[in-house]
Amino acid sequence: MIRITVTSVFVDDQDKALAFYTDVLGFVKKHDVPMGEYRWLTVVSAKDPEGTELLLEPSAHPAATPFKEALVADGIPFTSFGVDDVHAEFERLSAAGVRFVQEPADMGPVTVATLDDTCGNLIQIATMNG
Amino acid sequence: MDAVFKAIGDPTRRAVLDELVDRDGQTLFEICSRLTMKHGLTSSRQAISQHLAVLEEAGLVTTRREGRYKFHHLDTTPLRSITERWPIREQS
Repeated sequence: MIRITVTSVFVDDQDKALAFYTDVLGFVKKHDVPMGEYRWLTVVSAKDPEGTELLLEPSAHPAATPFKEALVADGIPFTSFGVDDVHAEFERLSAAGVRFVQEPADMGPVTVATLDDTCGNLIQIATMNG
Repeated sequence: MDAVFKAIGDPTRRAVLDELVDRDGQTLFEICSRLTMKHGLTSSRQAISQHLAVLEEAGLVTTRREGRYKFHHLDTTPLRSITERWPIREQS
């Protein structure tokens, strides 16, 4: 049986990413293992500490930055996270200074908003309607 | 004026305008998402880009770059030329 234990997001700076993903978004640090120049750095949901880990992976590879920039130019989120209430999160995160490129929008089965993670990515937050 | 009629003569482009009325200043991704999720229009991103270029040519959509982002805005003023040519009678 295969399952998702770790998924990753490319970040410009691991320290800055850790601060944003924990202090601002509300994830909790899980693993922080030195690996030469960089770290194996993961965060998890505070609600599900044994759940899927998000690896804050350095975007050091030369292909990573052009890829990220091309996605941002068209407003395409790198990935999507679930939240209980997109509208409430939008209010909370906006008040914390987070930049949204898409305000909460009802898309039928789902309500979504898109924010800038300050590490070179757009991230979608989503609540299933209904 | 021909450009305006051409622009609004297509249902996908009219849907784009509807969605920009709903919320002005959208990324290409948001426009594509809305067309897919709310209108069942599954055109490619490239196709939607081309539709936006036609709307921009007609002056109905303007784009604004803000840092790394690009937003699309609605400008309905070109539609005025239609009512100037064929004035709308006041309802009695």
